[in-house]
Amino acid sequence: MLEVTAPPGATAPVFYEQEEHAHGDGGTLVGFWLYLMSDSLIFAVLFACYGVLGRNYAAGPSGADLFDLRFVAVNTSFLLLSSVTYGFAMLEVERNRIGTTLAWLAITGLFGACFVAIELYEFGHLVHEGATPQRSAFLSSFYTLVGTHGLHVTFGIVWLVTLMVQVRQRGLIADNQRRLLCLSMFWHFLDVIWIGVFTFVYLMGAMR
Amino acid sequence: MTAVTKAGLAPREPSGGGDGTVPETHHDHPAHGTFRSYAAGFVLSVILTAIPFWLVMGNILDDMLKTSIVIMALAAVQIVVHMIYFLHVNTKSEGGWTFMALAFTLTLVVVTLTGSIWVMYHLDQNMMPMSPHEALQKP
Amino acid sequence: MFLNVDLKQFIFGRLSLEAIPYDEPILLGTFIVVGLGGAAVLGAVTWYGQWGYLWREWFTTMDHKKIGIMYIILAIVMLLRGFADAVMMITQKAVAVGASEGYLPPHHYDQIFTAHGTIMIFFMAMPFVVGVMNFVMPLQIGARDVAFPFLNNFSFWMTVGGASLTMLSLFVGEFSRATWLGYAPLSGAAYSPGVGVDYYIWSLQVAGVGTTLSGINLIATIIKLRAPGMTMMKMPVFCWTTLASNAIIITIFPVLTATLALLALDRYVGTHFFTNDFGGNSMFYMNLIWIWGHPEVYVLVLPAFGIYSEVVSTFCSKRLFGYTSMVYATAVIALVSWLVWLHHFFTMGGGPNVNSFFGIASMIIAIPTGAKVFNWLFTMYRGKIRFEGPFIWVMGFIPTFVIGGLTGVLLAVPPADFVVHNSLFLVAHFHNVIIGGVVFGLLAGIQYWFPKAFGYKLDPFWNKVSFWCWLIGFWTVFTPLYILGLMGETRRTQHFDDSAVQPFLMVAAIGVFIIMAGIAAFVFQLLISYLRRDQLRDLSGDPWGGRTLEWATSSPPPPYNFAFTPVIHDLDAWWDMKKRGYNRPLGGFRPIHMPKNTGAGMVLAGLSTVLAFALIWYIWWLATVSFVALIAAAIIHTFNYDREYYLPLEEVVRVESQRTAQLLAAGT
Repeated sequence: MLEVTAPPGATAPVFYEQEEHAHGDGGTLVGFWLYLMSDSLIFAVLFACYGVLGRNYAAGPSGADLFDLRFVAVNTSFLLLSSVTYGFAMLEVERNRIGTTLAWLAITGLFGACFVAIELYEFGHLVHEGATPQRSAFLSSFYTLVGTHGLHVTFGIVWLVTLMVQVRQRGLIADNQRRLLCLSMFWHFLDVIWIGVFTFVYLMGAMR
Repeated sequence: MTAVTKAGLAPREPSGGGDGTVPETHHDHPAHGTFRSYAAGFVLSVILTAIPFWLVMGNILDDMLKTSIVIMALAAVQIVVHMIYFLHVNTKSEGGWTFMALAFTLTLVVVTLTGSIWVMYHLDQNMMPMSPHEALQKP
Repeated sequence: MFLNVDLKQFIFGRLSLEAIPYDEPILLGTFIVVGLGGAAVLGAVTWYGQWGYLWREWFTTMDHKKIGIMYIILAIVMLLRGFADAVMMITQKAVAVGASEGYLPPHHYDQIFTAHGTIMIFFMAMPFVVGVMNFVMPLQIGARDVAFPFLNNFSFWMTVGGASLTMLSLFVGEFSRATWLGYAPLSGAAYSPGVGVDYYIWSLQVAGVGTTLSGINLIATIIKLRAPGMTMMKMPVFCWTTLASNAIIITIFPVLTATLALLALDRYVGTHFFTNDFGGNSMFYMNLIWIWGHPEVYVLVLPAFGIYSEVVSTFCSKRLFGYTSMVYATAVIALVSWLVWLHHFFTMGGGPNVNSFFGIASMIIAIPTGAKVFNWLFTMYRGKIRFEGPFIWVMGFIPTFVIGGLTGVLLAVPPADFVVHNSLFLVAHFHNVIIGGVVFGLLAGIQYWFPKAFGYKLDPFWNKVSFWCWLIGFWTVFTPLYILGLMGETRRTQHFDDSAVQPFLMVAAIGVFIIMAGIAAFVFQLLISYLRRDQLRDLSGDPWGGRTLEWATSSPPPPYNFAFTPVIHDLDAWWDMKKRGYNRPLGGFRPIHMPKNTGAGMVLAGLSTVLAFALIWYIWWLATVSFVALIAAAIIHTFNYDREYYLPLEEVVRVESQRTAQLLAAGT
């Protein structure tokens, strides 16, 4: 029996816990949330960089010259869909259904991969046109901000594949559920960042 | 939510918020969604994305400043939608620490962005290369 | 032949035998001494067959106490290196006046002051502070370990990796000459094409990852692992300062990471963030780096303030005065520290509005700090003061730090700053607050918690010697520098034309040797105390009459800290337990859940360091291989689900019985 405070009328207060009671997640979710907060500050610096240098075209091409908003719309859709499909995966986790969990995770990964592929294609196209990161400060900050986000998504996909293997191997044990929750936070967080990216970089950059 | 209390987990004793009350015998379940909440979040996000794209691609408002303000506002709303419907952020989780960490971070993100832009704007105004004639005109 | 050159460049990048400084006698001498000394240490460890012990008990440990101790050992070693740089700088300045050029040419001198600052902040002060927080905080909150023990181990080895790279630059290649903050455009590819700035960037990136993860770790520990009954407002003040310091860490180190990454992109890829052409803006580097740099100093000083709070209340046998205001002051300092960064470049041309805002904010931040000083003084008033080991450092801290803070308020006034910006006055100011505040605090903390860590007190006589040498030495060095700064002398100069400055610099040089005596006395104290440990032994676990939970454990504490998690009822929980006649449980023990040791942290940090080395020297194949290996090793580590074990009941009983016997022998 656990006594934290002395019941009224007791002679001496209890200073030690006799029973070890059941444990929670030990702080992993809090810790991962704190990591996401720190990651927000990396993106804050990159956004600040884009905010300060993003109109320094150095007589080179501007966003209005370069951005094809249809691509960006497609990309945004893929990322948003991947967020939702990850949500569906988590619903399946709660129902303890490994098969459907893996299926939704796979779809999520596929959407994520499409997102990255389109982004790489866009970058390739820009480089081909001479709009390299070295051309101007605007382009340096564009590639870095969008590229860092893309790198995060790529890393997320690697993590997702790893987790799929681990869920396959060991099922939806507590450890794996915790990891899926962390990846879920990561994935949604990246979609939040993307809202900032498509608004500030693409939409505002394309207006001229 | 299936119980997250198997022995395979890190062996840490929770403080239960350490507020002097008897710690909960079960634990804060990480907040989770339902099909309806994910669907609702999705629909809201689609709308909040489609409108900005439409405004810019169609040059609907024909005013850069107004369009910028509108799309920034919609972005802020969509971020809140994601936070609530996808990230399940609320003021209760982890005894309020999640929300406090978010508020603190958001404050500093705003400081970094506005501070940098304000400072750099003034530095650029005063210090970027200029001709001697321009320099003489400075206050 | 042609093929050979290409092959050599492929294998070694831009590394070649010329990277080793054969022609610099000082470096060569250092290399030989370090080489011989290092060989002696490694040889001794091998001779006594202690590699297994070191691997099992220290390198792979998950125990926060041991990791804390290792951090502090790293800090002390790096203190010696950073201090050697200081000695060289001040002696060079003292002789290089007028016709004399001194013994350090400018390019060498520039590396020395860059290394001095980089090492003292990143590899001395930070590990020292992190080490103390790591050791003390979990004990003070009644926890068994930090929230993420493996991450703790990994963070430590990443810090070692960063420090190793900086030390390596002494013997292979060169270090940065672009100041401890790496100001652009000097640090850019155009003006620093060598490996120096790259060593700087990658050392800090590797160490920075460790620091950020450690910050997350310690905050999660405070959030989740406080003992039952320990509400936030019943937590020791040192834990509050730990929380604030780490909250700053996790918000600022990403800024440093991103800023150095942008600089690295400029150098490696040719982007234009901080160049002066193609739209880049060097001033933006200053802006970003100081957004990191200012809060960083509060990361260092807040835990020192926490140490002072613990030491003052213990050695005055009195509850800390104004606990609530201490907590609020800590929180306000942490928040406002984020709002003052521009005061480091008032003269860069922000204009009156910008300068006023940041000037006023910088003055405001002095207020909560002042409140803390008053609280310490009020704690001492009518207290039963014992002028023992840790407490004399507090006595030195208060006047020293207050004066340093006052010069800071002077600097916060933009028009005044225009006169003394980047002068020796500034140099004296920040050394005043860092040495008087941070270093004195850490040394007080060592005196205070050493018995807890090792089971015996430190020799009190040599503590006094060390203290007085540090205090007198400090003022002897920096009073002349304050005066020279007000006279208009600039910092970072390797030579002075005006011979009127020489007497001042001579006095400062004498001071540096007095400080050296203080450091020597400290090292000597460690040795002598080890040799006399039986006379200095502490069996009670509570040699100072402490007030907080760490003193409830044995000295050193068992690996699991507490056999039973304590239940908290009041502030100064251990004092409360003692006063209310607690009974230490003598039976009813259980097996205890513990994390397993692992070498994975070392492996991952080692691979990161190799990756950094490869990037510095442009050895692209090695960079690729080590990057892939790093990712693979990390992924493989996640496949290890078997990370815990139970400490058997017999072991717990054995350890606790030993404690019972010790307490009996101590007569408590």
